Amino acid sequence: MSEAIVVEDLCKSYGDVRAVDGVSFTVYTGEIFGMVGPNGAGKTTTVECVEGLRRPDRGTIRVLGFDPQRDGYALRERIGVQLQEAALPDRIRVDEAMSLFASLYPRSVDWRPLLEQVGLTDKQRSFFADLSGGQKQRLFVALALVNDPDLIFLDELTTGLDPQARRAMWDLVRGMRERGKTVFLTTHYMEEAERLCNRVAIIDHGRIVALDTPENLIRSLGAEQRVVFTADGGWDGAVLRGVPGVTRVERIGERVVVYGRGERLVGGVVGALERMGVRFRDLHTEQPSLEDVFLALTGREMRE
Amino acid sequence: MRGLTKLTLVQMKLYLREPVAAFFTLFFAPLMLLLFGFIYGNDPVPIFGNRGMMDVSVPAYMALIIATVGLMAVPIGTASRRETGVLRRFRATPLRPTAYLISEVAVYFGMTLLGVLLLIAVGRAVYDVRFEGRLLDVIVGFALASASFLTTGYLIASLAPTARVAQVVGMIVFYPMIFLSGATIPLQVLPETVQNVARFIPLTYAVRLLQGLWFGDPWGDHLREVAALTGLLVVGGIAAARTFRWSAD
Repeated sequence: MSEAIVVEDLCKSYGDVRAVDGVSFTVYTGEIFGMVGPNGAGKTTTVECVEGLRRPDRGTIRVLGFDPQRDGYALRERIGVQLQEAALPDRIRVDEAMSLFASLYPRSVDWRPLLEQVGLTDKQRSFFADLSGGQKQRLFVALALVNDPDLIFLDELTTGLDPQARRAMWDLVRGMRERGKTVFLTTHYMEEAERLCNRVAIIDHGRIVALDTPENLIRSLGAEQRVVFTADGGWDGAVLRGVPGVTRVERIGERVVVYGRGERLVGGVVGALERMGVRFRDLHTEQPSLEDVFLALTGREMRE
Repeated sequence: MRGLTKLTLVQMKLYLREPVAAFFTLFFAPLMLLLFGFIYGNDPVPIFGNRGMMDVSVPAYMALIIATVGLMAVPIGTASRRETGVLRRFRATPLRPTAYLISEVAVYFGMTLLGVLLLIAVGRAVYDVRFEGRLLDVIVGFALASASFLTTGYLIASLAPTARVAQVVGMIVFYPMIFLSGATIPLQVLPETVQNVARFIPLTYAVRLLQGLWFGDPWGDHLREVAALTGLLVVGGIAAARTFRWSAD
């Protein structure tokens, strides 16, 4: 696997505040790499140093073989950037923006299919100011793809979008990976990182506190999964405690929560219920999530 | 290069799509000319050296348009594009910052020129205003004055923390300047105190230079004006280049 981004010991302070404090990581070609953490954790500063838009105080960065500070212009020809805070002039039309940005790159693709992809074809004569938040965000994604970049940066892509628009964005990002692009995204939605990313770096107070695949991060937590269902009373809950993997059973009225580990937990619980002839409803499992990982690593809940 | 041309064309369209900017740049001065022409006419009067009110107003209003673009359009446009993140978005492309600025300045200059041409066209068509100078001299004088005030506009944008402040500062500088410099009302008809104050107002030098060149004065008569405008251009240019910011933080 070749390396798209290599960051070593990146530091950046604003006044007395150490926004990024010794961050190192590698992003490999073809993966979706996520940097997650609460607002103000240092995500955007890291990304913007990697893009060459901010000058780090210390550390080395290589992006597609370029030094972003020295070869920033050459680098920006090959990357696509969606910034957390950006705008276009109010009265630029969508199609004008697309064709203008396409003209700023030595190599660009036909922008019409890109607008189609992000679902803005019927908005192409609209002014930027007249677009909704989600439409603006989709336009910025299309702009980030106009130079057919090898590496795409998405900074807080779905912040402020409604759930439906967020899901549509996720499909777009997966589409980028399918076309062989490398994606570096930041988010403060753990669910987003879990669903999209091949690997995730959890960042807090300017430091990476964990970096692995979402599955490994969750597994490393050793947290229990839960089997939850509703059942009428009149059966012995102790039987479930005998099922392999089960550690604990909670009953609150008709609602039952079985805690445990192992891949056969669900099958075991369902089998035991069947054998006892218990009629159960609404059975589902609850997996530990990256949210739990963050809580375990930092002792704090992620807040939006 | 293709990008630069395209950017310049788009910026031009954007300028014309802003109703306020377009009105004050292109139509305000010609309307003033029609209004004052209706009141005063263009008969020669001794106070203007046997020229008419419209004759002296056309070059004076050229300075008005220059100030409108430099002190209003540039600070508001630049600071708000910085604040909303438009400039940051362009910075994330391979476009060189200087190329961006060149295109922007070209558009501001072009719009000023367009406003001036409209003004002259109305003056010639309606009041048959006299032109006694040399075209090249007027073009050079216009370019110098315009460059000085565009630079001042960028400096205001850089010094103002927000777009709102840039707008207020632009207005505070703009309004007294256009009334106390002869750019709207000829200084000759104003009291002596005002004429003394006018000496400290940069726009006065633009008005005097443009009026002088319009009526065929040699450059030698206007070294003071040239020095004042060049000084503004150089000092303002250095200060603006040092303080210019692409991003609000």
